[in-house]
Amino acid sequence: MSGSIDRIYALVLRHVHIWRSSVIRLVDSVYWPAVQMFMWGFLTQFLRPQVSFMAQAAGILLSGLLLWEVVVRGNLSLSIAFMEEMWSRNLGHLFVSPIRSWEMATGIIIVALLRSLLGLVPVSLMAWAFFGFSIYSLGLPLIAFFLILQMFSWSVGLAMSGLIMRVGQSAESFAWAAVFILMPISGVYYPISVLPYWLQPFAYVLPTSYVFEGMRSILLEHSAQWHLLGLAFVLSAVYLVIGFQVFLWFFRSSRRAGSLLTQGE
Amino acid sequence: MSVASSIDVRHLRKVYGEVVAVDDLTFAVPRGAVLGLLGGNGAGKTTTISMLLGLLEPTAGEIHVLGVDMLRSRYAALPRMNFSSPYVDLPHRLTVRQNLQFYGRLYGVRALHRRVEEIAEHMQVAEFLDRQTGKLSAGQKTRVALAKALINKPDVLLLDEPTASLDPDTADWVRTYLKDYQAETHATILLASHNMSEVERLCDDVVLLQAGRVFERGSPRELIERFGREDMEQVFLDMARGRGHGFESLRKNEAAQ
Repeated sequence: MSGSIDRIYALVLRHVHIWRSSVIRLVDSVYWPAVQMFMWGFLTQFLRPQVSFMAQAAGILLSGLLLWEVVVRGNLSLSIAFMEEMWSRNLGHLFVSPIRSWEMATGIIIVALLRSLLGLVPVSLMAWAFFGFSIYSLGLPLIAFFLILQMFSWSVGLAMSGLIMRVGQSAESFAWAAVFILMPISGVYYPISVLPYWLQPFAYVLPTSYVFEGMRSILLEHSAQWHLLGLAFVLSAVYLVIGFQVFLWFFRSSRRAGSLLTQGE
Repeated sequence: MSVASSIDVRHLRKVYGEVVAVDDLTFAVPRGAVLGLLGGNGAGKTTTISMLLGLLEPTAGEIHVLGVDMLRSRYAALPRMNFSSPYVDLPHRLTVRQNLQFYGRLYGVRALHRRVEEIAEHMQVAEFLDRQTGKLSAGQKTRVALAKALINKPDVLLLDEPTASLDPDTADWVRTYLKDYQAETHATILLASHNMSEVERLCDDVVLLQAGRVFERGSPRELIERFGREDMEQVFLDMARGRGHGFESLRKNEAAQ
């Protein structure tokens, strides 16, 4: 077990060294969430005096935005952590070293978590400083929201990393965009009940839907629906296992096809 | 499998669609021997090394390294193996020290800081330890890659063109180092190279590959005698071009048998 911890630590430390050598690589983690936050922040300020709903729940848009960014940043951070190995044509050395697939996945998940925090914590503080909105007012459920959304985003990131490993860097743009297909049915800015009936079952198999419904419940009704968050946590855990299995499936497929030999080209 | 063999490959085959990259390849490398894998481009050298390392799954066949079935439980052997190839980079943004420490940790090297200093001294890269790997010259990068390949003092070392892009002086130094390392540790080395003088100097045994199959096998001296040539360069050219005095006499011998 200590060998596994050493190897995971080595992988995380390697990424920390990369960040320290090139801080510019971390800028996008803050840049895009900050741009979005300012846009929605100003829109909220514009609507607040004119629409009674906005006056009642001014934080819904910004909360939705910041929590959705948890999903986007989690997916991107994990995919980038994996692609760093491809860009540096280092996968060959990694895959013939004693590091196991689950250790590699754990390592890049930790790296993705750190990267997400490095991006989102400053933006959440900016939202408080510029618009007087604190995401931390969600209280204890915020930790559950964050954990559920991160786990789900890692599952997408692992599956996308596997796809890129198998198909090559031509699949990169798909990896960036994959998570956005889930946005309309996750109820980020509106309740799931708004969706057509036939679409609602799809929403309810996504843990993201429960998080955003839970967020609105806290902001509008001041009540946390813990049983739904529990269900969302279980769903996220299942998706994470599936995401890892997809990664492994692509890894085995890459070994058969020889695509591990041509990475970075 | 032979207990004395570090590497034992049997009936190895790799097919991509309709292309047969490696076909019924069988060879064994005794412990402490240096085997050269020679062949032209596309002969199957890199494919074979990749299968030995587990980067590529064979279509058929068996691979045992250090007694471990590599297709079933390669992680039991990987900590005692390592490899170097000019076609696989080390992360450019990391310093040489960070790279060596990273791989040292992956391979579970004890007293890592001391080992990094030691191998850097041996490979004459100590003065670059805190320089970014991407900013080194091609020759310096090759020496760093070799330092990475030796960081865990491997029992089995797979080297794909270890002296590619090195100047003659440095290449000679690397060959001397590998020879000394092998003599000192009794490591088994599998070497794929296009440099025939390197093969003559380092290898106890040579497997000539052509179109994914074993074309000939023997010590460099035996092969030179069998082909009736003066050196391995000429042997290689005979094989690659399918002509020449050596090739014809070889065919006659085969026909007579």
